[in-house]
Amino acid sequence: MLDVGRHPNIELMAYSEVEQVEGSAGCFKVRVRRKARYVDEAKCTGCGACREKCPTDVLDMYNEGHSTRKAIYSWFAQGIPSTHTIDPDHCRVLQGKKCGVCQKRCEAGAIDFEQKDKIVELDIGAIIVATGYTVFDPGKIPEYRYKDLPNVVTAVEFERFLSASGPTHGHIDRPSDILARREIAELEKEESRLQKTLARYEEKAGASSQSVFEAFAAETAPPEQQQWMEKYREYLPLTEKLAALRSKAEGFTTAKRLAFIQCVGSRDLRFYPFCSGFCCMHSIKEAIIAHEHENATTSVIFGMDIRAVGKGFDEYKVRGGNKSNITYRRSRVAEIVNGPNNNPVLVYEDTQLQKVVREDFDLVILATACAPNEGMKEMAAILGIELNRFGFFKTRPENPLDTTREGIFVCGCAHSPMDIPESVAQASSAASRAVQTVTVTPAKLLKIS
Amino acid sequence: MKQNKTGENTEGLRVGVFICDCGSNIAGHLDCAEVTKYAADLPGVVFTKENLYTCSEAGISEIQNAIRENNLNRVVVASCSPRTHHPLFASSCAQAGMNPYLFEMVNIRDQCSWVHMGQRDIATAKAKDLVRMGVAKSTALEPQKDIESSVIRKILVIGGGIAGLSAAEALAGMGLEVLLVEKEERCGGLMLGLNVLETGKSAAGQVSDLAATVAATSGVTVHTASRVIEISGYIGNFRVVIETPAGKVEDTVGCIVVACGAVPLVEEGLFGYNGKDVITQMELEQRLASGSFKAARVVMIQCAGARNATREYCSRICCATAVKNAMIIKRKYPLAEVHVLYRDMQMYGDEKEQMLWDARGMGIKFHVFDQKKPPRVGDGKVTFQHAVLGETKEFTVDLTVLSTPLVARPESSQVAALMRVPCDKNGFFLEAHAKLRPLDFAADGIFVCGSARYPVTSVEARTQGLGVASRIGAILFKEKLVKSGIVAEIDQETCVGCMGCLNVCPYEAIIFNRETGVCEVKEILCKGCGNCASTCPSHSAVLRGYKPEQLLAQIRAI
Repeated sequence: MLDVGRHPNIELMAYSEVEQVEGSAGCFKVRVRRKARYVDEAKCTGCGACREKCPTDVLDMYNEGHSTRKAIYSWFAQGIPSTHTIDPDHCRVLQGKKCGVCQKRCEAGAIDFEQKDKIVELDIGAIIVATGYTVFDPGKIPEYRYKDLPNVVTAVEFERFLSASGPTHGHIDRPSDILARREIAELEKEESRLQKTLARYEEKAGASSQSVFEAFAAETAPPEQQQWMEKYREYLPLTEKLAALRSKAEGFTTAKRLAFIQCVGSRDLRFYPFCSGFCCMHSIKEAIIAHEHENATTSVIFGMDIRAVGKGFDEYKVRGGNKSNITYRRSRVAEIVNGPNNNPVLVYEDTQLQKVVREDFDLVILATACAPNEGMKEMAAILGIELNRFGFFKTRPENPLDTTREGIFVCGCAHSPMDIPESVAQASSAASRAVQTVTVTPAKLLKIS
Repeated sequence: MKQNKTGENTEGLRVGVFICDCGSNIAGHLDCAEVTKYAADLPGVVFTKENLYTCSEAGISEIQNAIRENNLNRVVVASCSPRTHHPLFASSCAQAGMNPYLFEMVNIRDQCSWVHMGQRDIATAKAKDLVRMGVAKSTALEPQKDIESSVIRKILVIGGGIAGLSAAEALAGMGLEVLLVEKEERCGGLMLGLNVLETGKSAAGQVSDLAATVAATSGVTVHTASRVIEISGYIGNFRVVIETPAGKVEDTVGCIVVACGAVPLVEEGLFGYNGKDVITQMELEQRLASGSFKAARVVMIQCAGARNATREYCSRICCATAVKNAMIIKRKYPLAEVHVLYRDMQMYGDEKEQMLWDARGMGIKFHVFDQKKPPRVGDGKVTFQHAVLGETKEFTVDLTVLSTPLVARPESSQVAALMRVPCDKNGFFLEAHAKLRPLDFAADGIFVCGSARYPVTSVEARTQGLGVASRIGAILFKEKLVKSGIVAEIDQETCVGCMGCLNVCPYEAIIFNRETGVCEVKEILCKGCGNCASTCPSHSAVLRGYKPEQLLAQIRAI
C-alpha cells in the first residue's frame, strides 16, 4: 500500500468517486468527485493531535463497531494517505454546534470547515475497476439470530478481535462480556457520582444515609430530607446490581470453544447461489490463529464442503486439524439459539447418527458471503458496462479481464469472489490489458490507418 | 571528542534513532519510551523519536524531516522485520538526501517483543541491547552506490500452452519482442487434448486460434519442437541457448517466463486403472471428442491419487472438470446414470458453483466418501461407504472415470535447474510469495504462470499469462535497471586466487581472472548472500554493508 502511495507514476485519489465516464478506449474523459475531508491534504501530517482532543465518539466501523473513533479520524493507522478526515455526520461544527477543538489543536493549520467537494476532470486511456465486494449482512438469516445473540459474530468482526490493534488487543473476549464490562464501567461512574452527592448530605447533616433512611422508614425524619432519601433510594439498587454484575464478571473468560459456520448467505438460493471461494480458508486461518493465541482453544468448522483450493491450502487445512484443535464437521447448521451464560447453541443434524444435535459454544463465527457491492449497479451505469447474473461485472472466459466496454477492465472480487493470490494475479493481468490498450503498436497503427 | 566503546572516533557522526511502537505489537510488550530515552545517550546519537507506526506516512515524514533538520548522516529504525520494511525506510532516507546505505534496521518485534511476551523487563532490556548494537553498526557503515545495468527488451517464454501464449500475446501487445519455445510440434499444450470448455466451445479450437494469432504477431518468434538447454546471465541480460530442429539458436533476453504447465496423473492400478473401463478424465475428454464414448452407467471418483499421503495437494480443477464432463454426458444421453463420488466438491466462485446447481438439476448424483474408506472398483462395480448416510453403497458401472490430479512435468526440475529457481515438494515451481507475489520468482527477472506453478483452469492460466506481461513490462520499460549496492567485493591485493569463493557462490557471480591470478566479483550477478566472505581464508572477499569491521562494531557493542 505504501509502495503504491510513494510510486512516482501513481496519483492516489482517496475519498473520491467517479461520477461520469465519456469517450472511448484510449481517450476517456472521467469526472471524479473529490469529497470534502474538511482537512487540507497538503498541510495535514497525519500526526493525530486533532483526534486526541475531539470530544465526539463515533462507532469505529473499521473495528466493525466494537470500538469507537472520533469525528475526525483516519480509517486505520497505516492507511494511505494518512490525511485525517472529518465525518460531517458527527462533527459538532459541521452539525452547526460549537466546537472547533481540532482546529485549535492542529499545528499545521490543516483544518478547513469551509472545504467543499471538488470536481476533477481527467484524461484517461484505460480504466481498471477494482471496487471489491461487501460482506453479506447475516441479520437477513432469521434462524442465525445474528442481531439478537451477542456472541454470534461475523468472520470480519472476529478478524478484528484477533488483531493486536483491534478492539480487544488480540484477546478473544466475548462480546457479551465486553458489553457487561462496559455496563459495569457506566454503573461505576453513576455510583461514584451518587456517592459524592450522598457524602455531601451526610457531611451537612452529620448522620449516615442508612440511619436517616431507617428514620424515614419509621416516619420520624424531617421532610426536608426527602431529596436526600430519593438519591439514596437510587443508590441502593444500583450497588446491588453492580455487585451482582461484578461477581458475574469474575467468571468471565476468553472464548475457548469456537464454532465457525460456513456458507452464510452463499450457496444459499435465498441469497447468493455462488460459492464465495475464500471463506473456508479464512475460517481455518482464524481458527489456527485463535489456537496460536490461546492453546486451549478448540474450533469446529461446520460446512458442506471445505473448499481448500489453492497452492498449499489443503495441506494447511489438514495441518489445522492435526495441530490446531480444529474439527471439520460436514453439516449445515439449522439454527442458533441462546443458551445459559449467553452461550450460543447450535442446532444441527449429525447425519451419520441421523440425529438432531444441540451443542453450545463460547463464540460462533459466521463465514459471511462475498456479496456484490451495493453501488455496483450505479457504477456499471456510469461506466457503461454490464453486470453478470450474480451481480458482479461481466467478463468473457476468453478475455477474463475485459468488461463489456473496450478499454475498461475488472479485477478482484468485483470480477467474482476470489482469494488474495488470485486477486493479485488478476490485478497484474488487468494492468497488462490496460497497458496494451494505451500502447501504440505497429499492429494497432495498421488497424487505425 | 566523543568516543564509543571501541575507542573509535565518533566525531561528525549524527545518528537518528526511531523506535516504533507498531501499535501494541511492540509497545504492548516492552517499554518503548524507555528504549528511546536510552538510545539518546548512545555515542553518536543526536536525535531520537518514538512513533506509533514508523512505517505510516507520518512516521516516514518524521524520519525525513529529522534528517533535513538535524543533518543526520545515520538513521537507525528499531521496529519490525527488515525483510518487509528495510527497502521502505532506506529509500525514504534517500529521498531526504541521506545515502540509503547508511540506514540500519533493528528488529525489536519479531526477535524481541513477540518472543518475550509478558516479560516486559526482559524485553525492554533486550531491545536496548539490540538498539545499542544497531547504532554501533550504523557508525561503521559506509556510503554505497546503486549498481546500474542495461535491459534487453525481449522475453523468453518457456511453454506454448494457454498461459505461455497469453503471456506472449500480451507482451507483444505492449510492443516487446518475444521468443516462445514449445517442446511439442505445435503450440497449445494440454488444451489440445481436451474436448470442450465449460462454455461449450472447443478447447483445442480456442487455443489453436490463440497460437495462430500469436505466431502471426510481429515481434514474436515461435520455436516448436525445441528445448531451452542453457540459460546464463541476469535480469535484463540473460543469454539463452535453444535447441531447435534447425540447430542451436543463441539469443539474449531481458526476462524469462516459465509456463511449462503440468500433466494429468496416470497411474496403473490406481482404483483399478486400466485405460479401458477405468480411465482418467483426460481420456474421457478424448473419448467424448472423438465420439468413442460408450457407457450408460458412469461413476466418477474425485481426488484419485490426490489429497493423500503421497500427494497432499488438492489439484483445484478436477471437480469442475468432472462436473463439466458429467453434464456433457447427461446432456447427450439423458438416460445415462452419472454418479460423482467426492470428498469435497471444489466448485469455488460464482460460475462453478452454478454448474454444480445445474448438474444436480440434471439428475447427476453426488455422493460423498471418506478419505479413510475409499471406494473399491472391480468386476464392473463400484462400492463405497457413504460418509453422510453411513451406509455402504454399490453401483454397477460400465465406465469408471478417475479425476486424477495434475502433476508437475518430469522435466520441470531440469527447467528449474537451468535458472536455479526452486520447486516445491510436489515439483511445482515455487513463487516468491504465496499471497503477494504469486507470479514472481525470488530470482529477479524470472516469472511463472499457469499450471507450472499450481493447477489452474484455462481461464486462470490465461489470466496469469496476461499478468506476467505487466510484471515484465514494469521492468523492461525502464531505461536501465538499478540494483542494491550490497554486493561482495574482493581485495585484488590480498586475494591469492584459491577459488574457494568461486565454489560456494550459488549465482556464478565470481570469476577467476587468469591474467591477474585472482578472483573477481561480477557485481550485477551478486545477490549479496555473503557465502564468499565467510569462506575466504585471507579475508579478501567481503560483503559491502556487512564488512568484518561493521559486524565487529555491532558484536562489540553487546
